[in-house]
Amino acid sequence: MPTAPPPPARPRRLGEHGLAWAFLLPSVAVFALFIGYPLGRTLYLSAHANDLFGAPSRYVGLKHYTDLLASAEFRDTLLTTALFVLLTVVPGVLGALAVVLLLEGRIRGVRLLRSAFALPFAFSVASASVVFSVFYNPASGVLNGLLSQFHLGPVGWLTDSRYALLSVAASTVWMNLGYNVLVLSAGIGSIPDEITEAARLDGASGLRLARSITVPLLGPSLFFLTVVSTVNALQSFGQIHILTRGGPDGATRTLVYSVYQNAFAYGSSDFGTASAQAVVLLVVVLACTGVQFGTLERKVHYA
Amino acid sequence: MTAAPAETGTPAASAPAAPARTARRPRRSPRGRLATAVVYLLLLAAVLTVLFPVYYVFAGAFMRPDEIAGYPPSLVPHSLTGRNFSGAVHAVPLARQYANSVLVAGVITAAQLFTSVLAAYAFVFLPLRARRVVFGLFLATLMVPWESVVIPNYLTLSGWGLGNTYFGLVLPFLASAFGTFLLRQSFRQFPAELRDAARIDGAGHWRFLWRILVPLNRPVLAALAVYVFLSAWNQYFWPLIITRTAEMQTLQIGLSTLRDSEMADPGLILAGVVLSLLPTLVLVLFGQRFIVRGLTAGAVR
Repeated sequence: MPTAPPPPARPRRLGEHGLAWAFLLPSVAVFALFIGYPLGRTLYLSAHANDLFGAPSRYVGLKHYTDLLASAEFRDTLLTTALFVLLTVVPGVLGALAVVLLLEGRIRGVRLLRSAFALPFAFSVASASVVFSVFYNPASGVLNGLLSQFHLGPVGWLTDSRYALLSVAASTVWMNLGYNVLVLSAGIGSIPDEITEAARLDGASGLRLARSITVPLLGPSLFFLTVVSTVNALQSFGQIHILTRGGPDGATRTLVYSVYQNAFAYGSSDFGTASAQAVVLLVVVLACTGVQFGTLERKVHYA
Repeated sequence: MTAAPAETGTPAASAPAAPARTARRPRRSPRGRLATAVVYLLLLAAVLTVLFPVYYVFAGAFMRPDEIAGYPPSLVPHSLTGRNFSGAVHAVPLARQYANSVLVAGVITAAQLFTSVLAAYAFVFLPLRARRVVFGLFLATLMVPWESVVIPNYLTLSGWGLGNTYFGLVLPFLASAFGTFLLRQSFRQFPAELRDAARIDGAGHWRFLWRILVPLNRPVLAALAVYVFLSAWNQYFWPLIITRTAEMQTLQIGLSTLRDSEMADPGLILAGVVLSLLPTLVLVLFGQRFIVRGLTAGAVR
């Protein structure tokens, strides 16, 4: 880890050490109270049974965890979570990659187009989900309205357990597209012009240029985007809460949504079970970010 | 940041610019023309797909109920009715929730800028024995998903009697390791000569920080502010569980309530969405370079 540019040459007065801690205090206090302590308490809660109001009653060790692993419902939840990650990350990253590569095709109006693709970024999770819930409405929604023009449907986008997860994933891909395009555009912008120009002079263009030059040099950005998208997908909550409430019949119940249902929904206060699930979530997310930190070194070398 | 337009040569290659220019503009063979046409077509299809929801939100917000749900569905509003907007603001206390969101996101942004500036300053310009350990702990907080600590935080703040209050909405978000990290990167590049000059002129840490360092770091602070504001504005999980009454809820929760209560009147829901979109739409259209800078700070550089 590099140190500050001009490290204090001579030993400073004690006052400066005090000042440093005083400057750090507000942040440290917030982190300790709302991240450090809660981490411990989540572990504590996950190892305790609780009464109807969620107050921890007695120590049960790993019982919540073993119960979870034994429950078919929880295995479904994990599977749904993994599926949701796949269905959002893969199309989200590849779609954005296709868009930015097409935008590299020396065409007019690139700036305008890029702004257009970034527009979904203006939507919050809630506003995008509310909009898609209007689209997906089986009776009055525009999707079934258009399908009926071709004598198709009506499709139960959110009520049919075959389509619900796909529909939620599709809305998620749409709302993330703006961010993904912005990240990859910035990545392309940081590729030195000389490299692309040299390749063009050598006669490379179109797909060849993309495959041999742009995509490999975009590697670090793609990697970053994949990790961020995965972690975001794992933490998705708003779209599921607004579109399906985890239904139909648990078809869209992901890990985070399960935490919410056990802890907060319908007057439920099963903090023990919910905390055990929160710990599972923590482990999964740490594994994903660990991958990123582990490869940071490599990235720096060829970036 | 943006791809250089095809017509401008790179300044370094000014001498052979003329031949390079012709070389870089390949003759359009029939095959090349076809490829360009395909690129345009694909982009057109993609942009229409992506923009259709945006368009329909605005179109639908001005449609009467029978237009939206009619057969065949209309894609263009014929009536340009304003009833949806007045209906939306009466169905839920949207104005109050708007104010709540502005207040909450504003306070979080101001506080995070303040606490991050102080922490970053301590990391860069002040002697700190455990610098690496403390900084490592700061970074570690970035790896903890909020949903893993949401239950204890809910218990803590409710226990303090701060459920359903503004304090409850903002307290956990008054500091940010991301902001500290971003500002630390920027502060480290501050020229040592300027800093020494300030010191020789008798400026202490406090004065140097606010009179010189902060004003000279305005771009990165703006990027951070936009990023923090957007994240706070978009929050959903925490405001959902910590608030109970419509008067304390933020705009995002209000939208979802509006959807639940006015399911039969989609135009009204879309009008609510349009109102909620205005600030972020302005930010995305006019503050894009700040957004990109804030969002990709962790990416390549």
